[in-house]
Amino acid sequence: MIAIFHVLLGFMIIGSAVAIESRNMLSAVIAVGAVGFGVSLMFLFLGAPDIAITQVIVEVLSLIILIRATTYADNRSIEKKIDSFATITGLFFLGFFVMATVWAFRDITPFGEPLMTVSKRYLAGTAAETGAVNAVAGVILDYRAYDTLGEAMVLFTSVLGAFVILRRRGKKAIEEEDSEQFGILTD
Amino acid sequence: MNLKELSQDESLGMTIIVKTIARLVMSFIILFGCYIILYGHITPGGGFAGGVIIAIAYVLMMLTFGGKVAMAKLDNFWASMWDNIGALAFVVLGFLGLTGGHFFLNFINHGTPGTLISAGIIPLANISIAIKVGAALYAIFIGLSVYGRLVTEEEK
Repeated sequence: MIAIFHVLLGFMIIGSAVAIESRNMLSAVIAVGAVGFGVSLMFLFLGAPDIAITQVIVEVLSLIILIRATTYADNRSIEKKIDSFATITGLFFLGFFVMATVWAFRDITPFGEPLMTVSKRYLAGTAAETGAVNAVAGVILDYRAYDTLGEAMVLFTSVLGAFVILRRRGKKAIEEEDSEQFGILTD
Repeated sequence: MNLKELSQDESLGMTIIVKTIARLVMSFIILFGCYIILYGHITPGGGFAGGVIIAIAYVLMMLTFGGKVAMAKLDNFWASMWDNIGALAFVVLGFLGLTGGHFFLNFINHGTPGTLISAGIIPLANISIAIKVGAALYAIFIGLSVYGRLVTEEEK
């Protein structure tokens, strides 16, 4: 089981490196998608099918949006020069963060025994208290429905923002006095 | 032009091969989305995942048949209106819990765990979340891919 995780981790690291270093925009986007599908496989092997399904589907949708965005964008490669100072600084911070991570993960609790014991209570009581067999649905829509409301509002606000920013013309026509008063250009 | 004429117009969207396959596949995608939503409290899945699946069916329609057909089927006004309806239904479900004393109280009878009609408000909450999320993601896709081009066509 651990071997699968190591293979998947290696795959995802290689995918991220390809996404950063690739000269072509489209292949970079596809590498990002491959990393996302690796994450969803990881969730599946960790025993979280709910999150795996959501991850796969959202990855598909975001991949469609990204590909559509890059096909209209300027697709030429972004040239860059190798900066030795930036490379040395990057390697220094990479080593520093790896050391800090190893040092921090020595004190972590074993896998499957989280520090917060409330999850055990949820697992034991979901079927009896909410009637849902799927414990995840029981937690997000019954015990923690208030959090789900907040999440729904985040999406609501993002739609509002997308409509406001992407609309190129307001609902009212621009009039002469508006362009004088606010400096709006009428073509 | 009405919806049927638009969807048979060969100058819009992709080739007829892609359109035929997309017609077949779209209904199955929506069916699978409905399954994921309605069985969210029994099997893995739920409102969020099912809503995104249904939004993907609409995105497929927009990619294969072109923006005009998708906008004739469900335009930006009704997409954001369904978004509002879903959010409102979820909040109303939370306030109905106040009849039992608490916000988001599971006030309907829980039934037998494992059957389709069980778990009180959880299936209803799944349905409202699915409407909300599906309409929201479709609306964002409209905003990203159609908005700019529609305006420039009008200006021409």
